[in-house]
Amino acid sequence: MAFVLDFEKPLVELERQIGHLRRLTRERDLEVDSEIGPLEKKLDDLRREIYEELTPMQRVQVARHPRRPYILDYVAALFTDFIELKGDRLFRDDPAIVGGWARLEGRPVMVIGHQKGRDTKENLRRNFGMPHPEGYRKALRLMEMAARFNAPIITLIDTPGAYPGLGAEERGQAAAIARNLEVMAGLETPILAAVVGEGGSGGALALGLADRVIMLSNAVYSVISPEGCAAILWNDASQKERAAEALKLTAPDLLELGLVDEVIPEPPGGAHSDPERTIAALGEAVRRHVEELAKIGSKRLIKPRAKKYMEMGRFAER
Amino acid sequence: MPWFRKDRKPRRPSREKLEIPADAWEKCPECGHVDIRDKFEQALEVCPECGHHRRVAVQVYIDMLTDEGSFSELYNELQSSNPLGFEGYTDKLARALRKAGSHEAVITGSATLEGDELNLGVMDFAFMGGSMGSVVGEKIARLARRSVEERVPLVMVSRSGGARMQEGVLSLMQLAKTSVMISALKRERVPYISVLTDPTTGGVSASFAMQGDVNIAEPNAVIGFAGPRVIKQTIGQDLPKGFQTAEFLLEKGMVDMVVPRVQLRATISNLLKMMQGR
Repeated sequence: MAFVLDFEKPLVELERQIGHLRRLTRERDLEVDSEIGPLEKKLDDLRREIYEELTPMQRVQVARHPRRPYILDYVAALFTDFIELKGDRLFRDDPAIVGGWARLEGRPVMVIGHQKGRDTKENLRRNFGMPHPEGYRKALRLMEMAARFNAPIITLIDTPGAYPGLGAEERGQAAAIARNLEVMAGLETPILAAVVGEGGSGGALALGLADRVIMLSNAVYSVISPEGCAAILWNDASQKERAAEALKLTAPDLLELGLVDEVIPEPPGGAHSDPERTIAALGEAVRRHVEELAKIGSKRLIKPRAKKYMEMGRFAER
Repeated sequence: MPWFRKDRKPRRPSREKLEIPADAWEKCPECGHVDIRDKFEQALEVCPECGHHRRVAVQVYIDMLTDEGSFSELYNELQSSNPLGFEGYTDKLARALRKAGSHEAVITGSATLEGDELNLGVMDFAFMGGSMGSVVGEKIARLARRSVEERVPLVMVSRSGGARMQEGVLSLMQLAKTSVMISALKRERVPYISVLTDPTTGGVSASFAMQGDVNIAEPNAVIGFAGPRVIKQTIGQDLPKGFQTAEFLLEKGMVDMVVPRVQLRATISNLLKMMQGR
């Protein structure tokens, strides 16, 4: 049984009916096209309707959908010659982050991202896409290498957050994220970050300090999970809808706040309903931004990058 | 009269009872040592018995790390609004303004230390847990930029629960904002010393607090990325004793030293002089 979100249940029912009619057409040679047509239209309309009115928490559910394209799916479809590089040269290789050399329309680039698992076994190995410090240190090693060889860096973000565990703390989770931010601010090569699923706080930002930040329309980016926020503020994790609403974590919200540069529309039923189209849409934007950034001299990137972040924030003056 | 019925003389106190106000005494929360309030104050809120460092007011650090009368506050015109219209935030800000001595979770300014110029920022845990929102990020980034422009060393005294939830991703982006200016500071070779005090966690430890040329921790301060409660929940077991303390971070190589409060001024002054070739 495929994974179904609660608000998608009416769609599944319609899909089941259409499937049934199709089977009838095939098996009994019945002429039911006239009935299938309107049903399909109804399905499309309903899907569009549901997806146009997603609540923030529903978007979080879509962003976490287990059939959503993951980083290696984007890498396989949008790049050629991907050569994965592993390890931070200090402790171990962290499979929650993948990265390596690849070509984007022939141009050598460094592509790095969080990687979730498709099944329990892979999720255990990849720690559900929650990196340890060695993951961030591997990413940093690859980014510094890219800058040395004048290759643009493309980061793809999809993580619940940096892992909050004993080993992670012992090996300096905070210091690792802080180091990435400090070094990324000064890298003399273009950086493009794309939030494609969950943008889980500091664990996401550690790959996200970039010249351009783009985001899929149902991806989310937040300072804390809605569940965590609700637990802290109202002592009740079940108030997550209220928290998701308040946190302004959806792509349109972030575009309005000036925190992301572009939102890439997903297909009407979300990225999981049509991964191929989603990946193609992201690919178009990635190629366009990389091409634009590559025209800017590598020495002339750092100041505008600093300015971009200096302008983020909203406050009053007495 | 039988000997056992002898009249007793009423007992008289050998000396007059002193009237001692209730707040004249102070008890160390760590070892239980009780001493005169003044003694704690003179020792910068460090227990004379066990050396436990208690949290102290912003002004204590300003006095400790600057020459008398040299501190002039900068950017205090900036104040938090409620940019996301987050429920309850406006009230919380009003309450913090009333309760905390400061008007934001960080106080920034310029001063001299042993005659040398420095820019100093001190966070205030009493103001919404020292959390970093737009104003905190802006003040620290501006102070760091001033350090770059004037080539004056930066000292940050941190204590914070992390990014301020009520400003959502705007708060998260303050990690990036402060980092781009610290990065500029490093490129321009202007010294930056970070002092991590109790507690320093979340977005603050994951940005400027861990980016010092030298990271100094105060004794027994809790420092980490995730808070102890979150970790406990994640791993489903109690944390080892001393986990995430300053001493633990020193052992794991995350801070350069653990410096008792009384030595902080001399240590920082001396370090800054050497980093500037003197």
